[in-house]
Amino acid sequence: MAHKGKVWKFGANIDTDAILPAFYLNLTDPGKLALHCFETNNPDFCLNSHEGDFIVADANFGCGSSREHAPMAIKAKGIHCIIAASFARIFFRNAFNVGLPVIESLEAAEKIGAGHEISVNIKKGEIRNFTTRETYRCEPLPDNMLSVLQDGGLIPHLLAKKNTQ
Amino acid sequence: MGMTITEKILAKGAGLDEVHPGQLIMCEVDVALGSDPTAPLAIEQFKKAGGQSVFHKDKVVMIPDHFAPNKDILSAEKCKILREFSRDQDLKHYYELGEMGIQHVLLPEKGIVLSGHFAVGADSHTCTYGALGAFATGIGSTDLAAVMLEGRLWFKVPASMKLIYSGKLPKWVGGKDLILHTIGKIGVDGALYRAMEFHGDAIEELCMDGRFTMANMAVEAGAKNGIFHVDTKTTAYLQDRTESAYKVFTSDLDADYVETIEFDVSAIEPQVACPHLPSNVVGLSELGEISIDQSLIGSCTNGRISDMREAADVLKGNKRDPRVRLIIIPGSPKVWRQANNEGLFDIFMDAGAVISTPTCGPCLGGHMGVLAGGERSIATTNRNFVGRMGHPESEVYLSNPAVAAASAILGKIGGPSELGLK
Ligand code: SF4
Repeated sequence: MAHKGKVWKFGANIDTDAILPAFYLNLTDPGKLALHCFETNNPDFCLNSHEGDFIVADANFGCGSSREHAPMAIKAKGIHCIIAASFARIFFRNAFNVGLPVIESLEAAEKIGAGHEISVNIKKGEIRNFTTRETYRCEPLPDNMLSVLQDGGLIPHLLAKKNTQ
Repeated sequence: MGMTITEKILAKGAGLDEVHPGQLIMCEVDVALGSDPTAPLAIEQFKKAGGQSVFHKDKVVMIPDHFAPNKDILSAEKCKILREFSRDQDLKHYYELGEMGIQHVLLPEKGIVLSGHFAVGADSHTCTYGALGAFATGIGSTDLAAVMLEGRLWFKVPASMKLIYSGKLPKWVGGKDLILHTIGKIGVDGALYRAMEFHGDAIEELCMDGRFTMANMAVEAGAKNGIFHVDTKTTAYLQDRTESAYKVFTSDLDADYVETIEFDVSAIEPQVACPHLPSNVVGLSELGEISIDQSLIGSCTNGRISDMREAADVLKGNKRDPRVRLIIIPGSPKVWRQANNEGLFDIFMDAGAVISTPTCGPCLGGHMGVLAGGERSIATTNRNFVGRMGHPESEVYLSNPAVAAASAILGKIGGPSELGLK
């Protein structure tokens, strides 16, 4: 049974300054970063999002700077997965590298609303919306990307590979 | 089917004869760059992964530029991590205060990135080096750690789009205006995942500094890289800065482009990007009356000597509006010295400006000119997101150096022509 969670909805072009303002770039501790995630852009999210919630957004999520602190903060906040119409490319790479699943689906981004309850099966490429009883398709993740996520990011993945060799 | 300049450099990096858009490849990198906000994380990951020594000590570059000179204790600690790592690893390219400049001004100036190079940096504006006919793109800290370990990284080959600029550039219109105009037309995701390839007779007319400005902001349209072809201006620039051999790549005539867009630059006036997106662009004359509290001239976008000269041309003999703080930040010690030698500092100071040591500083709301709530700045930087230069209720307008200088004098956003300058 895939994990079910509540959706926080965001618009288009959510930039990394909105996710984590530059003056927190001196922090590297994930727990501390989580405290400031969307602090000024969406204080409601910052205060009230829960472990296991989802983010659903329009196009170009994560545009702007290359700061890995942004996906780190979202992951440390406990967000299960981000679904967006599209992602900015550096954010997309960074998210995988820190072990945060991100999924592109225009249909899901359009049809899923704030507060909906959803689940995602990345392996099958299936998003279920329990609020509207709809199902959306997305590109299933290739096995090598899945194993990066399962290991918790690129560095733990490289270490795990080393240990099994 | 022919290949674009981007595809050719990627193919070289991957050791392949040809590559095509969408293909996943493993590339050897020529330059890997980190700076104080991103490199400490990369260094931590590098050590976590058991890293002992970097793949090549001349190819890993560390620049403490964002919050240096150290703005507070936390930044001091971050810069210290860079410094100690660079010493431990015996890195050739670590630059301490006095030699330190904004990374994307410094690296081309020092001849560290050359034409044909494959350069990556844990900073999104690494794409600046595309002006030299290099492939350059931003990555995250973990990616940088992986590159420092192995000297290579996986990439997806981007599709290329061709942007052609023709016509004569009007006075006070330059690289910044062309790129702002372009982003205004195609949007902040108009080049998402793509390579932006710049062409046209107006591009040939642009000086190298103007090309750096344009390549710098390719990421603001979502692009993976922005790239120019090498011409006599590029080779002259490189000749003064390196003795190393470099390779020149050129797009084939039958190369494939996903999109081609043409611009007539003779019709373009100075451009301004309004809050809070770099695509929120209007011509200066359409802007209306916008008063300002601050004008910032500097950054990796417009912190080079031509930018300083352009600002000086406007500021000469004028005085800033008493309500406006005018901050000028030459992007590197070399730019600083040259501006000083050319007498530009007298012009700046007579106009009521302060001149900072090279740093990113206020561009990302770091230090040396952070905005308070309700304040508004015109800036020659590249981003005007909410809170980019300070308080979440401050506003940033982006422009070229001439407009930023004229605005400081006028007390509101305006161009040199409003000062009677032709
Ligand atoms: S000047 Fe601004 S945009 Fe450029 S590297 Fe520094 S912070 Fe980033």
